[in-house]
Parts: sequence; structure tokens; C-alpha cells
Amino acid sequence: MRDLFAVAMMFGIYSLLTAALFMDLDAADVAFTEAAVGAGVTTILLLSSLRLTGRWERRPKHSPLLPLLVVGVTGAALVYGTLDMPHLGDPQAPVHQHVAPHYIENAPQEMGIPNIVTAVLASYRGFDTLGETLVIFTAGLSVFLLLGSRAGGRPRPGKTAIGEQPVLRLVVKVLIPFILLFALYVQLHGEYGAGGGFQAGVIFATGMVLYDLVFGEGDARLVVPARWLPRLAAFGILVYGSVGLYALLHGRPFLDYTVLAEDPMVGRHLGILLVELGIGICVFAVVLSIFYALSGRRRQP
Amino acid sequence: MNLLLEGLSAACLLAGSFLCITGGVGLLRLPDFFSRVHAAGVTETLAAPLLLTGLMLQMDWSLDLLKVLLIMLFLLATNPTASHAMAKAALHGGQGPNDEKAEEDKGSIS
Repeated sequence: MRDLFAVAMMFGIYSLLTAALFMDLDAADVAFTEAAVGAGVTTILLLSSLRLTGRWERRPKHSPLLPLLVVGVTGAALVYGTLDMPHLGDPQAPVHQHVAPHYIENAPQEMGIPNIVTAVLASYRGFDTLGETLVIFTAGLSVFLLLGSRAGGRPRPGKTAIGEQPVLRLVVKVLIPFILLFALYVQLHGEYGAGGGFQAGVIFATGMVLYDLVFGEGDARLVVPARWLPRLAAFGILVYGSVGLYALLHGRPFLDYTVLAEDPMVGRHLGILLVELGIGICVFAVVLSIFYALSGRRRQP
Repeated sequence: MNLLLEGLSAACLLAGSFLCITGGVGLLRLPDFFSRVHAAGVTETLAAPLLLTGLMLQMDWSLDLLKVLLIMLFLLATNPTASHAMAKAALHGGQGPNDEKAEEDKGSIS
């Protein structure tokens, strides 16, 4: 298949099916992330890069046999690796024996929040999540370095690549407030239902991207200027890190939320809320800046 | 009352499923791009709300009911818009209606 446009669409469909698969395994938070990031934002970013690179893949000069061999051998090795893995849902599997029982039994009492995934992500494994957020921040930094945070020509408010679209305009105008509201709901409701900072940041960015696509290239830049975004991304990390440092200054371990308030339970709530907010801001800024970097450029002839 | 709700729900679900199947058949069998978009878009726009209504009739009064209702409103707004955008994009891409020659060319490339 040489049509990269179709490849991007296939990738989106694949992500959506994966999300359905995760949902079937009762992993609502993962499914949510996969649907928002994989099927939503990644497809948009792929399409905006296709606008710069062109739609058709060039015919490669070498024969396809060597890549096929590499893929075949790697696939066979991976399948061979799965033979040693325990069966899906096996209660004796190591992953179900280590710390998971403790989380499942004690998270509601220790954290006081119903969504165990959020408790594990933001509190038990807060250090890992800080690392993940830093990875996203690093990805954003590489995009700034490679494409330039203010790359491309000046924004052209009111001019879209797709021309005047009254129907799209009307529907999008009605939808965008609800998308942004939904993002805030996902952000702040992560303790009780599926969702959290990662998904909320992506959804908020998607709302801005939609606005930019339908109402004019650069219109979103009038709302959130491109020069804010590196600072916003760094600010998100800073919020996360300073929650941890605050605990250190009080003589407690890094990211110990109990120091944030008199009552340890209230402190944990506040900590998770602040950390999720940091993640949300960072993810929003990075996703939006990647979109800006791609959409602000003109295609080189 | 309960039986009535069950019956209504079953009728909605059946009608929705039927429309989904006809949409799928149309998507596979109709000759050119625009008639296929029409087949998929029109039937889905009615099928999804029918299916969701069928589900809602089986639910108790709760917050979940409201959420399904919101999903339905969202689909009602976005589904026709997506079909519209696809048809516009095809026109913009230089494919007119009744342009079966172009369709065959596209099929041979991809």
C-alpha cells in the first residue's frame, strides 16, 4: 500500500480496535488513553505531517525480502517469548502475586478514592509517573529542537486549508465548549472514574486542534500563543516536581503527599489532584506544540 | 409497563441492527463513492440513536442514562457532519458524482 493517507487511517482504526480490546479486558483507563492518543491525536498529527511530506510513498530501491525477513524473525522471536508467559488471567502469574493484591485490597482505605488505577498511577507509583511525564516533556523538547517552536510562517487567522465550510463551522462551534468541558471533567474526575491528566491534556489539545483546523490556520495561536507552550510544558513538570520537593523539605520521602494537609487523607487527595494537574498541563502543551510545529510550516517544493 | 418497555427496547434494537446491516451492505455493494457515503451515513445516523434508545429503555433512572443520552446527542451532531465532510473532501479531491472512471483509477493505485 503506497497511499500514506490510507496507512494513517488504518493506524487510527487499529488503535480504536485496540482500545475496544482494552475495554473488553476491563481496563477502562488504558482504553481511554488509547482511544484519545492513538486513535485521536496521533491520526491528526500523522495527517498534518502528510501535508508536508506528500501523500504517496516512494518505491524503495532495495528488494522487500530483507525487511520481510527481519520482521518475520522478530515476530517469531516474540511469539516464542510468549510461550513462557503465564496464561491470561492466571491467578498464579507473578504480576498478580507481587504488589497488586496489596493495591487492590488496601487502595480504597489508604487513599480514600475509588479508582485504583489513579491511586496506583499518581500515588503508589508517583515516581514512575513523574518519569513518564518527563518522557513526554522530552518528546516535546525534541520537537522544539527539530522543527522550532515558532516554526513556519506567521499565522494566517481565518484562512483554512479546507476553505469555507459553513456546516463544519456551525457544528464545531457548538461542540468545542463541550469538548473542553469534558476535558476538565476527565481531569478532575479521575479519582472517581476512568480518566486523569494524560487523557484530559490530550482531549483539551484536541479541542484546540479542531478549532484551528476548522476556523483558520493560526486561530488557535491567538488563543494559546506558541511561545507559551514550552513554558506551559515546563510548568506542568514543575508542579509535579515541586509537590515532591515540598515533601522533601518537610523531612518526608519524595512525593509523600501526607504533608500537604493536616489530615493525611486530605493531603493525599490534594497531592493526587495537583500531580494530575501537572500531567494534564504538560501533555496539553506538548501535544499542541507538536501540532503547531507541523501545521505552521509550508511544504517545501 | 415492564413488558411494554422490554418490547419497545427490543423493537428499537432490532430496527437499529437492521439499519446497521443495510448500511454495511450498501457500503460494500453500491457503485461509487458518494452513494456509499450516503448508504453508510444515513443509516448509521438513524441506527446509532435507535440502538442507544433501545439500551436506555432497559436502564434504571441513573446518571448512566444521562450519559448515554449525551452520547446519543453527540452522535446525532457528529455523524451527519462526518458524512458531509467526507463528501466535501471527495469533491475537493476532484472526484465528481457519477465519476466511476476515477473510482476505478483509484482502486488500481492503492
